[in-house]
Amino acid sequence: MRVVIAEDHALLRDGLTRLLEAYDFEVVAAVDNGPSLLPALVEQKPDVAVVDVRLPPTFTDEGLQAAIAARAAVPGMPVLVLSQHVEPLYARELLSDRKGGVGYLLKDRVSHVAQFIDAVRRVAAGGTAMDPEVVGQLLARHQPLAALTAREREVLGLMAEGRSNGAIAGKLFIGEKAVSKHISSIFTKLGLPPSDDDHRRVLAVLAYLNV
Amino acid sequence: MDSRDWIRDGVRAVAGGVLSVALAITNIPLFVLFVVSLVLTPVLGIGLVLLPLVTALIRLRARLSRRLAATFGMPIARPYRPAPPSRGLLVRYRWIITDPATWRDFAWLLPGAVAGLVLGVLSLAVPLYGVEGIVLLPLWIWLGTGEYGYGVIWPIETVGQGFLSLPQGTVILAIGLAMAPYLRRADALLTRLFLAPTRNAELRLRVSHLTTTRAENLDSQAAELRRIERDLHDGAQARLVSLGMTIGLAEEMVEADPAMARKLLAEARETSSDALVELRHLVRGIHPPVLAERGLEGAVRALAMALPIPTSVGAAVPGRLDTPVESAAYFAVAEVLANAARHSMARSVQVQLWHSDGKLTMRVSDDGLGGADPAGGTGLRGIERRLAAFDGTMSLSSPPGGPTVVTMELPCALSSPKITPSSETA
Repeated sequence: MRVVIAEDHALLRDGLTRLLEAYDFEVVAAVDNGPSLLPALVEQKPDVAVVDVRLPPTFTDEGLQAAIAARAAVPGMPVLVLSQHVEPLYARELLSDRKGGVGYLLKDRVSHVAQFIDAVRRVAAGGTAMDPEVVGQLLARHQPLAALTAREREVLGLMAEGRSNGAIAGKLFIGEKAVSKHISSIFTKLGLPPSDDDHRRVLAVLAYLNV
Repeated sequence: MDSRDWIRDGVRAVAGGVLSVALAITNIPLFVLFVVSLVLTPVLGIGLVLLPLVTALIRLRARLSRRLAATFGMPIARPYRPAPPSRGLLVRYRWIITDPATWRDFAWLLPGAVAGLVLGVLSLAVPLYGVEGIVLLPLWIWLGTGEYGYGVIWPIETVGQGFLSLPQGTVILAIGLAMAPYLRRADALLTRLFLAPTRNAELRLRVSHLTTTRAENLDSQAAELRRIERDLHDGAQARLVSLGMTIGLAEEMVEADPAMARKLLAEARETSSDALVELRHLVRGIHPPVLAERGLEGAVRALAMALPIPTSVGAAVPGRLDTPVESAAYFAVAEVLANAARHSMARSVQVQLWHSDGKLTMRVSDDGLGGADPAGGTGLRGIERRLAAFDGTMSLSSPPGGPTVVTMELPCALSSPKITPSSETA
């Protein structure tokens, strides 16, 4: 799979490259600043891009802006955004085109190598990978979720992170059947039409949470 | 302006006029007392005791006039020199007698009394005459009293003429109410002429204000640095040391006990995540990343999203603020929002930010219980201090039963144009 990396710290850039190459990704471009990111993305059309939010020259949210612009130029281009901090506001902006293939993770998550690679693959496949911290922040503030049981809230949280029914079942030590039962009950309680599509249900959840 | 506002302002001004008449009357005994205590100073030193007392009364009286002027849109600063630390009789006497503001207060007493009386009576008399025209005259006619007139009709001879007093009275009442705010303003102008600080006094006040706020600012910065140092030392630094030790141990074990080494490495990873979480919290407390990235507006929007109460943000800040001002503004809004979330029981919160005339205004209103009191907690006082460092102010309106409105103002300039997020419509 072809990857573009954008990260201004040389150490982290090399680390990411090494990590991804170890898992059979081909790093076709590794840029260290905002202005060269967008052309690299549009030219290379990678299978997935791994982008740091904060890049030179402004050291603000250049990476995020470039990712959003790239997805406007090449609709649905999978982008996994990494950041030293997570902001539900940015998650909303990333998801606002409702096309899937989006990830937004804390940089720390890279150290859980297997989970990180799994997230990159999920995003490349058009799925979603939301940081539990973003999901947690959103779930914590939303009152209509009071209708959900504790178990359902757990399921919703994992679902919002972008996990499949199988993964949720494994994580909560319950059957996949139970998971889908919980999910249909969540959809009913939140007034959302059920859907089989993995990333669409995440978008639905986040869209609902972003009222 | 709405006609109800207009009438309300008029009524308020008339009430202010009545108050100013009542206050004006007290000027005369104060004047006499001042002269007497001045004259009595050589006589057994009676004035040494009396004069400070009388001056205190005069200052209290002047303060009421300043307050009254402020209610009608003309705030007047206090010009007095700060009180001396010593409570000795002579020191206090000297402090009072050498303060030019004492003599300006004294010079104001008589003209202030005349203006207060004349303007106050005028603002009350005209509307009263209007009310007489509306209410009294029909009664008068029906009661059948003798010769009487009103306005331009004098004497009134027929009932028809009598009824003409009604429109006349209405017009006069309207004129009286419309005029009253101007009379208040004229009174306030005269008060300012006498009671506002002179250029010199103003500079002195400014210096003392700056000295206080600078000292507070330095204190809070030093405390902040100490906190950061402690947090780093006890938190992230300690964790990184333990991380190094764990990895070192794993290195030793990798041959002898691979399973143990693996366990240690997993532990090391956990420790590194914890250190990162800690650093992240620390950074957020120093300067939130979203503030650096998106400026005040974006950062306040992010705050609003995290609040458990539905919060709307309206902003018109077409540019970035200087970093220290931006930071002060952000933490002030964050503190007010945290208060609202914690105490107000509000169902919704509104934040408005706008920049005009070289001033950033931040208003946070909620529909909660109200009854917030700056004296009650340290939070609001902290905001005041934070803003004061930049000559900013905070005002609070929070009647019991709500709503609570906190308005904060910061004089500041806008610098670089705003970086607009491309998906702002989302």
